[in-house]
Amino acid sequence: MFQIEDLWVSIDDKPVLKGINLHIKKGETHTLFGKNGSGKTTLLMTIMGFSRYQVRQGRITFLGYDITHMPTYERAKLGVGLAFQRPPTIRGVKTKDILRVCAGGKMPVEALAFEYGFEGFLDREINLGFSGGEIKKSELLQLVAQDPKLVLLDEPESGVDLESLQLVGQIIRRVLQKDLRRVDRQKAGLIITHTGYILNYLNADMGHVMADGQIACQGHPMDILEHVKKSGYEECVRCLCFQK
Amino acid sequence: MPVLPEIKEAAVKSKTKKAAFGSDLDLQQFRRQAQDWSYDEQYTSFEEMEKQQLLRAGIELTDTDHAGTFLQADRSIMHCKTSQPGLEILPIREALQKYNGLPDYYWRLVPVDADKYTAAAELELDNGYFIRALPGARITQPVEACLYIRTEGLAQHVHNIVVAEPGSHLHIITGCTTHPGVTSGLHLGISEFYVKKGAHLTFTMVHNWAENVHVRPRSAIIVEEGGVYLSNYIVLKPVKSVQMYPSVRLVGEGAVARLNSVVVAHPGSELDLGGKVVLEAPYSRAEVIARTVTTGGTAIARGHLIGKVPNIKAHLECRGLILAKQGIMYAVPELTGEVAGVEMSHEAAVGRIAQEEIEYLMARGLTEEEAASTIVRGFLNVEIEGLPQALKDDIERTIQETEKGL
Repeated sequence: MFQIEDLWVSIDDKPVLKGINLHIKKGETHTLFGKNGSGKTTLLMTIMGFSRYQVRQGRITFLGYDITHMPTYERAKLGVGLAFQRPPTIRGVKTKDILRVCAGGKMPVEALAFEYGFEGFLDREINLGFSGGEIKKSELLQLVAQDPKLVLLDEPESGVDLESLQLVGQIIRRVLQKDLRRVDRQKAGLIITHTGYILNYLNADMGHVMADGQIACQGHPMDILEHVKKSGYEECVRCLCFQK
Repeated sequence: MPVLPEIKEAAVKSKTKKAAFGSDLDLQQFRRQAQDWSYDEQYTSFEEMEKQQLLRAGIELTDTDHAGTFLQADRSIMHCKTSQPGLEILPIREALQKYNGLPDYYWRLVPVDADKYTAAAELELDNGYFIRALPGARITQPVEACLYIRTEGLAQHVHNIVVAEPGSHLHIITGCTTHPGVTSGLHLGISEFYVKKGAHLTFTMVHNWAENVHVRPRSAIIVEEGGVYLSNYIVLKPVKSVQMYPSVRLVGEGAVARLNSVVVAHPGSELDLGGKVVLEAPYSRAEVIARTVTTGGTAIARGHLIGKVPNIKAHLECRGLILAKQGIMYAVPELTGEVAGVEMSHEAAVGRIAQEEIEYLMARGLTEEEAASTIVRGFLNVEIEGLPQALKDDIERTIQETEKGL
């Protein structure tokens, strides 16, 4: 469903991603681990096609299309959706306006907001004065409305209190169709997580550890998490050196 | 007209005094003679194109759905009507006669000797409106007031006084515009607003002038205990120059002032706008928010908050978008706290549309152009209760035209 081959990306002419390979099948959820600055967010932003991220080499394919140089909105229309870690505030643009854009007339956004106790935010300017948890909720509800086939989540648990985390987990399960059998799911997910807390709410199928713009280790996410907690990310970097 | 001699005297002395801000105008360049237009009870003397033009300034030319209406064309009062009890509307000249020179209101807030424009408005007054909501009166529908230049090159001199008596509620929409055939002129408008104890006044002003019209409003407002003054100012169409700096005094405990402006500076326009709020009483609050777009013109956004007593709260915000290579935006936010215990803040930002915001919306499926339009639309978002639908539609069209410059 989604494939990255030998992807090299620069920001302001500085190489950040150095030969990423990744393959996610329909119904699967993958997680990305790694220290700050290892390239996780750059990878997600590149998949979404933002202008700051210059693809120097390699290819991204989704649903059989080469999307490497496709404009962001076309990727969104094709079914790539991203929940930002720190989305911008856009003054004067209301949350309901954006939800309506996401839904494209396919879903009543008021009912969706009401379902998750978010109706009080519909008339507020997007992200203005939102708490960490409110931002995540807003981002995820946008994804529910957008209904993308490839779900990209950048640290969905950061800034969220434990009580809200459960709700965030629920919404992510919905977006990823986690309540269906894997063979019946039409979605795939790629989630950046630092703490792994979100893994308590959904099963991920594969974990990748990034270090210095490369994928250093791969394995079951819970195993990786345990390993990182015990030995730290340095061990993964050594693993990469060993492979080389 | 019974006006105090010292007022006249001060005006005479200031006949050539330059204004503190804005380009200096030679008043002799403008005509002072215009035809007298007859009173028009049924609004029958307006051509279709004039009606459309007036609509763009929010003027519907109807007495229905309005608590009152006032229309001054050039120097003549063409319509003046009150439709709701508790509301008084008079041409200012008539009010000066009736109330013996309005000694408590006339030139009590705006100094007659502020500059040559205030002086000219006194020495050669055409007319203007006196609008008063009686004590406790809840004027539910808006009052529609129109100041209209119908003669090419004319200088129109008006003096307006608005009084919201204790406990009253009042919303005035003032539309200022020119005849479709008029390209140049000058509008001098003195406005003095009195918001008394517990009163609530919303004042919405829409400017829809022509490309070579100069505008010099001179406004001042006083708000007593528990009173609320809300001002909305909209100028989205080309105009040669506007310079104004309304001054608000919050003199009673818990008085509130909110000043919003939405402004587009087109190529060739020079807009020098701003306002001052002096918080003189505890628990008074003020908010001044200016949203300015330039598509090639010069826009100056001034704002000054002065906190004189503890326990006041005030915020000033100037946000500017430059949508053309040549546009100039100058934001001048000022705060003065004169005692401890004041809470005052300001925020000023000038620039182009942030790429990050555009891409955020693109990630939701909008094209780059649609994303930029959404942001500009949000920036210029005008949500004011009581605006006629035709004006809302025109604002929408103007925003679309502004977006074309992106």
